[in-house]
Amino acid sequence: MAVQEQAPPALVLEGVVRRYGEREALAGVSLTLRAGQTLAVLGGNGAGKTTLLRLLGTLLRPHAGRLTVLGSRLPAESWAVRGRIGMLSHEPLLYRELTSRENLLFHARLHGVREPRVDEMLAAVGMARRAQEPVKTLSRGMVQRVAIARTLLHEPELLLLDEPRANLDPAAGELVEELIGPGSDPARPRTRVLVSHDPRAGIAEADLVLGLRAGVPVLLAPAAAVDAEQVMELYR
Amino acid sequence: MSASEPALVSAPAVAPALAPPARRVGLLAATAAIMRKEMRVELRTLESVPGMALFAVSTFVVFHFALNRTSVSGSLAAGILWVTLLFAAMLAVNRLFVADAEQGGFDALLLAPVDRSALLLAKAGSLLVYLVALEVVALPAFALLLLGTSLGPGLGELIGVVALADVGLAVIGTFVAALAVRTRARDLIGPLIALPLLVPIAIGASRGTAPLLAAHAGTVQVRWLLLLGLYDLVFGLIAYAVFDFLLED
Repeated sequence: MAVQEQAPPALVLEGVVRRYGEREALAGVSLTLRAGQTLAVLGGNGAGKTTLLRLLGTLLRPHAGRLTVLGSRLPAESWAVRGRIGMLSHEPLLYRELTSRENLLFHARLHGVREPRVDEMLAAVGMARRAQEPVKTLSRGMVQRVAIARTLLHEPELLLLDEPRANLDPAAGELVEELIGPGSDPARPRTRVLVSHDPRAGIAEADLVLGLRAGVPVLLAPAAAVDAEQVMELYR
Repeated sequence: MSASEPALVSAPAVAPALAPPARRVGLLAATAAIMRKEMRVELRTLESVPGMALFAVSTFVVFHFALNRTSVSGSLAAGILWVTLLFAAMLAVNRLFVADAEQGGFDALLLAPVDRSALLLAKAGSLLVYLVALEVVALPAFALLLLGTSLGPGLGELIGVVALADVGLAVIGTFVAALAVRTRARDLIGPLIALPLLVPIAIGASRGTAPLLAAHAGTVQVRWLLLLGLYDLVFGLIAYAVFDFLLED
């Protein structure tokens, strides 16, 4: 991946710490990610990957350190970045009783997005035909497709992706690749933070790799310099 | 490479702005969007209003047989009415944020460029709608089972008292529901916090209603209306001031 040295930093973390009670879920993470770059966050279960995503998404406050997202200091200026972030987490953030279209319309209204964009996104993820069915009746893969549509609905500048290809069949994987992959919008490349349990795939589409073990950053390097075998150590 | 790798770890103290701030959605538009979603979910699941109505009517039936009287009036009737409505309201309060907490609605709202007060307004508005729907069923059932007469000439004043009490119930109920929903014992915590806070509403509503339900119907004393109105206002302001913090991590 070409490292855009001239681009302004999209993420700046300096000694960011987050605790849950006495336990440190993140212990002093520092990095800089430039606009348009992709950061792959790797590590085993409980490594702090989701906590990092929630911090970047303004859903958690750091307990120490400095955190700047899209030029705004968090948590003080969270209001300035909300609406510029698209977050795809384990939870699809969709109401089960509502249809895919109703869910996306709800999110569109919260983001000031016009209605035609909803249909456009449903078509883009291949869910136009089943848009009127309640989410609770859809398969997990279909729910993931709708969740991807929700994530991209407001054309966010920063994508926070937690296992984005989970539950997707290969065809759907290719479909969403065009939407959230590294080259999805060449005119306006998005900054992406990608949590993955597949180190090889994560490294392949990243510019920078962060390896976490029990909240501690044990690896931070350009993707080109990272060996997948070295990363596998994080999971042992 | 270690985490202290200099080339990548070093960061500028101030990052330049990358793009204009996100579009902000107005308070009323966001409130309308959330309330619309609430109504749609309730119409589809029927989780709150039918349960509240059934609870209220069942309670009146139990009172009807337990008191073994053909009718009740005055303060006893008012007490039965308001205690029943209060407990029925608790059913909706306990469920008010459950779908949001379990299905990610909180996160969705926190990620959106909207004033968080929109959630307070929308949820309180939704609870108010549920309460009105409850009372459309419960008041005639109460009259039929326990008054032995129609609500009669005092109906207009009764609606005024009910409206003021409902606003307080909706605001306090929403406030407490947001507090309780993230706790493990939310079904217990909700009523434990809400009921003491609702005592002034119960007092004002019962005392205000009692003359209207007396054998020789009187009129509402203005002081009880003032008490309800003032309590609504004070709690409305408190809830508005602290609601943001309830949603914060």
